[in-house]
Amino acid sequence: MTAYLSIRNLTVTLTGGTPILRNVSLDVVAGQVHGLVGESGAGKSMIGKAVLGTLPRALTISTGEIWLDGVNILTLKPSQRRQRIGAIAALIPQDPLTALNPSKRIGPQITRRLVDILGWSKQVATARALELLAEVQIPDPVRVMRTYPHELSGGMRQRILIASAFAAEPKLIIADEPTTALDVTVQKQILRLISDMQTRHSTALLFVTHDLGVVSKVCDTLSVLYAGKVVEDARMHRFFMRPIHPYSAALLAATPTYTDPTGSLTPVSPKVIKAVEQEIQEHDMRARQ
Amino acid sequence: MQDERGALKRPLGLRLWLSGSWLTLLFFAALFAPLIAPKDPLMQDLFLGRMPPFWESGAEPGFWLGTDSLGRDVLSRIVYGARLTLIVAFVAGVLTCIIGATLGLIAGYYRGWADRIISRFVDIWMAFPPILFAILLIAVLGPGLFSIIIAIIIIDWTRFARVIRAEAMSQGAMDYVASAQVAGRTKLDTMLSEILPNVLPTIIALLTLEMGIGVIVEAILSFVNLSISTDSPTWGGMISEGRTSIHQAWWVLVFPLITLFLTVLSFSQLGEGLKDRFDPVLR
Amino acid sequence: MMYRINNLQLSLPDMTRKPLLGAAPRIEILKGLTFDLPKGEVLGIVGGSGSGKSTLGRAMLRLLEPTGGNIEFDGTDITHLSENQLRPTRKKFQMIFQDPMSSLNPRRRVGGIIACPLRVNGMDNLGTRVTEALEMVGLPNHFGNRYPHELSGGQRQRVGIARAIALRPDFILADEIVSGLDVSSQAQVLNLLENLVKELGLTLAFISHDLSVIRRLCTRVLVLHQGVIVEEGPTEALFASPRAAYTRQLLNAIPLPNPHQRWA
Repeated sequence: MTAYLSIRNLTVTLTGGTPILRNVSLDVVAGQVHGLVGESGAGKSMIGKAVLGTLPRALTISTGEIWLDGVNILTLKPSQRRQRIGAIAALIPQDPLTALNPSKRIGPQITRRLVDILGWSKQVATARALELLAEVQIPDPVRVMRTYPHELSGGMRQRILIASAFAAEPKLIIADEPTTALDVTVQKQILRLISDMQTRHSTALLFVTHDLGVVSKVCDTLSVLYAGKVVEDARMHRFFMRPIHPYSAALLAATPTYTDPTGSLTPVSPKVIKAVEQEIQEHDMRARQ
Repeated sequence: MQDERGALKRPLGLRLWLSGSWLTLLFFAALFAPLIAPKDPLMQDLFLGRMPPFWESGAEPGFWLGTDSLGRDVLSRIVYGARLTLIVAFVAGVLTCIIGATLGLIAGYYRGWADRIISRFVDIWMAFPPILFAILLIAVLGPGLFSIIIAIIIIDWTRFARVIRAEAMSQGAMDYVASAQVAGRTKLDTMLSEILPNVLPTIIALLTLEMGIGVIVEAILSFVNLSISTDSPTWGGMISEGRTSIHQAWWVLVFPLITLFLTVLSFSQLGEGLKDRFDPVLR
Repeated sequence: MMYRINNLQLSLPDMTRKPLLGAAPRIEILKGLTFDLPKGEVLGIVGGSGSGKSTLGRAMLRLLEPTGGNIEFDGTDITHLSENQLRPTRKKFQMIFQDPMSSLNPRRRVGGIIACPLRVNGMDNLGTRVTEALEMVGLPNHFGNRYPHELSGGQRQRVGIARAIALRPDFILADEIVSGLDVSSQAQVLNLLENLVKELGLTLAFISHDLSVIRRLCTRVLVLHQGVIVEEGPTEALFASPRAAYTRQLLNAIPLPNPHQRWA
């Protein structure tokens, strides 16, 4: 099994030195889905951004390695790095509304990448785009290619973004909360679509989400993050049956489920938070030595 | 987890300091002009015509920035000119702001009929070419301080009305306005105590910008001799006079021009700086 | 009965399709809703985006005026009352908003935000009442001096709750109030709300897209789909045997944090 993405000891800091990611290591293997779970501010989106080179300007990678299909991209020159990332990775973004340019038709927005990055001719790219739109189950792809984003529903737009992420046959796809903005019924269809596409294309998928329910449906392995540190790495089944870290267990206990008739919910207890904060502090102390 | 923005301290704005200092300096110069100005700004002496500023050879002691073709002291005229400029800037700026912002707030928050009437009126108003409008107006009213101020208000209230309307509309859609309504507050009360404080940073920025525009408009009108009487010193008037003798005495043109430039720049920078200061989220 | 709602209709003009002259065509958001909300119940209103659940909530508080049918609140017909006529009723119903950041005026301190509805309704002892409200939502007194942006998401939502309960209303509408929160603060806010309902004898309408959260908190559930009530009834019965096809579809789509769930 080849790891298309390997992150080793990645530390990202805010200007001034506050760590946002603390010594993160993880692997995403071909044909598998790795989940990144955590609450807001845990830094889960920042991992994807670090890989794609789209970190906000105030953040810098201070140490670590990011291996994309066998090459540590942090050692490359910026222009080479961008090329490498463009050839190997793609993104399915969170908000299907802002991710598409409202003043351009759908067709050119998909084919643009193929023409620019892979150097395909317009005709070939258009043919490929139509094929992809059919693959993500968009009815009447020829007509949809000529529409503008605002004419389509949120679910449709997300399908188009999925199609365009898979268009250039990337080895790694990063999905950043791809269904958070959608209704549950649409979410189900989109999640299934992403899973199917990923299996069919044997892509490595890094799936960022805050929803443990979603993780249990699409992921093979996962990392739980707290304050930028991986507190637990697990295979999916084992995680839901026997979470090892107290914080993971607390997160599971705090997630409401409609099947639970008692309906009791345990908020993450201050004791657990204190213990995990302590762990982070100790980690920072060690990092400073 | 704490909001990161709360923890970030903004560095004290250099531009706020620089622009504020320049305007303060100007304000005191205008206020104490008779004490500060080395000469009488109106005193002519044809024997002392076109004397260069102090660092050039042939300068006359006491005339720091030289004299114009009639032998009047350039520095003193700039200092006295600041009076008219600042009066126009403040009075016209504040009045324009009050009129425009009030109409904008009402249109943006009350919507409906009030908005339709005010917005149409603004659209129609903006179809007139502004400078021509001002010149026409002064031709009717006759030149003078009062006419300049009226002209500026008439040209520029629409700018406030449009921007503040848009801002009030976006604030009006916020849930805290709905929550004021749930609390049983009247519309007027909600507008004044919920919306107004949140559009205030924009109003301040626009106000200072407007003051800068007031300075320019006054200079333009002086330049075309439509300001107050020609012998009382104005920057625009000095620039206009200096233009004719640029090859013999560049200083008559350049010094008032620099002063004008710095003043307008300071007003706009002050506005940007204050806007940030007034925002509790950025502060 | 807290609310008797009969054939409630609401439509809004569609300005994007307004002809050059004449009135804009109207979009029907609520298409004749009828239901009762007994005192002391916690009603969950669930539906997807575009179902009209938020519009229903805003009509119940008369932030929007219905275009048909009527709303009776605590024995008074409030369907078409003017803002002035509504004022005495307003202190009896309050609202907690979805986005605590936009529902709390960024230029006011927390104390001022909570005191605002009290002052408008001519209450005295503002200081004590604010402290009391903060205490009830589990925030220390010194939070009164903070600005909303200095608080975490969960804390902001507590401030929203404190503002709503400070007036001691009979009815509170909560519109998607936990959808922006992390699970840990979500659990805290839900537990807090449940305790407050018991302590203060509140009637609560809880709008949410999340059936898991609704099951946790509500005694009755109303399922909305495209402006129509597809199902309404006691929580237990509805979850045990959902009658409407749409309800079953909603339930089946929820991904449970359990790898053994059959989700196909």
